[in-house]
Amino acid sequence: MSLYNIFNISGSAMSAQSIRLNTTASNIANADAVTSSSGQVYKARHPVFSTIFQNVSNQNQVGGVRVAGIVESQAEAVARYQPDNPLADDKGYVYAPNISLVEEMANMISASRSYQSNVQVANMTKSLLTRTLSLGQ
Amino acid sequence: MAISFDKAFGVHEAALNLKAERAEVIANNLANADTPKFKARDIDFQKALQMASSKRQSGLTRTNSRHIDSRLGTEIPGLSYRIPLQPDTGDGNTVEAQIEQTKFAQNAMQYQTSFTFLNGRIKGLLSAIRGE
Repeated sequence: MSLYNIFNISGSAMSAQSIRLNTTASNIANADAVTSSSGQVYKARHPVFSTIFQNVSNQNQVGGVRVAGIVESQAEAVARYQPDNPLADDKGYVYAPNISLVEEMANMISASRSYQSNVQVANMTKSLLTRTLSLGQ
Repeated sequence: MAISFDKAFGVHEAALNLKAERAEVIANNLANADTPKFKARDIDFQKALQMASSKRQSGLTRTNSRHIDSRLGTEIPGLSYRIPLQPDTGDGNTVEAQIEQTKFAQNAMQYQTSFTFLNGRIKGLLSAIRGE
């Protein structure tokens, strides 16, 4: 019955979006984590989504979404002049990750809206299935 | 006189199945709303219902078992790509979440409509069997 399959599809999307929320939370949390060299600095992480095809030879079958991988941002670390910081290097600089808080917040809102719409789809499917079970009663 | 269930249920049985399939396709579009290069799809309901109600299959008839099955990859009749309102979104994704959501709600309402018709037919049959 194809209606049951919707739970798998929406569930896969919810888990993918929650991974996206996780990476966003990690990026925002580490936005001010400074280090004493530009090589050790935290890199922003972003998930890459791809469609699941249930059967590789049959591209028309629908299947949901998965996280194909998580990529690290290649943006250069930002040097901040803070000679009082105990982590500062001999020139007085600390290095902070190049994370745009605005971008991360927008990403977070987008992920949570997508999550919500998938929850709605699952809820609607649940009520349809409940109705179907009462067929003929 | 025997009761023919095929005649009693009419088109509503096929319609209910198609709407369940369409719900799956639209749910998949919504699930992939953020997937790069994903193309939104939908079922052409009229085309699919015509095929389902006349028991026709899409593709060519195989008269020999060694013929290649041309239906391979088109399991759901009438399935095709949606033409997006906004041609380029930057990442090749053509899902418009608002449109998909309204289509899903519309499809759910149509499902319930078919369900109500089918339920009415079953209730009619039941009262005929009971002779009430």
